[in-house]
Amino acid sequence: MKTVRLDITKDHCPMTFVKTKLELEKLQKGDILEVILKEGEPLENVPKTVTEQGNKVIDIKKIQDDIHMVIIEKG
Amino acid sequence: MNNKKLSIVLFSGDFDKAIAAFTIASGAAAVNYEVNLFFTFWGLNVIKKYKGRNPAGKGFLARTFNFLMGGFKNLPLSRLNFAGISPKLMTGLMKKRNVATLKELVDAAIQLNINLYACEMSINILGLKKEDFIPEVKEILGVAKFLNISEGGEILFI
Repeated sequence: MKTVRLDITKDHCPMTFVKTKLELEKLQKGDILEVILKEGEPLENVPKTVTEQGNKVIDIKKIQDDIHMVIIEKG
Repeated sequence: MNNKKLSIVLFSGDFDKAIAAFTIASGAAAVNYEVNLFFTFWGLNVIKKYKGRNPAGKGFLARTFNFLMGGFKNLPLSRLNFAGISPKLMTGLMKKRNVATLKELVDAAIQLNINLYACEMSINILGLKKEDFIPEVKEILGVAKFLNISEGGEILFI
């Protein structure tokens, strides 16, 4: 099992969740994807959409003022 | 996982409208919608194999028309086009603001396996063939088949 990190802090809709989806597609079941993203649209939508697609959000950590890390286990 | 479906008819060959179509399309595909993009008339310019002006097609009139319509690089802004300068300025601005450009949106759409279809009737008018379009175009089809494919989902006309 591997852990991959994806930084989408500079991206905007729809590329935030498009990039997350494409990165998840490259991974195997059980792999971990750490997505670094900003508050607002990305933080609201990325955890929601990955959960809807059968993945599991393990944790959401605040790493800077408005930057968060969403840890996703591929389902 | 689900069977949500979105089908978009892209009639317009305007740069900004193509961005709208591909933004919705790639966003929907990223949240597991089945997405169908149906290109007709001016919209065909977005998916022509030749990115610039090329006199493709059969017959003098069709060739002239195809040359004037242009390809991906000639898509005009629907307003304030200023002889084609604005789409280039707009792309520069999008890059500067880290917003996906039209090219990036099209690439994402293709990676997300969005279905691209071209309209049989308008291709016929313009004397074009399937080979005149990017290879990702799945099929050339008519209204009946499009309705069949889009049945049970949302349809947008842009």
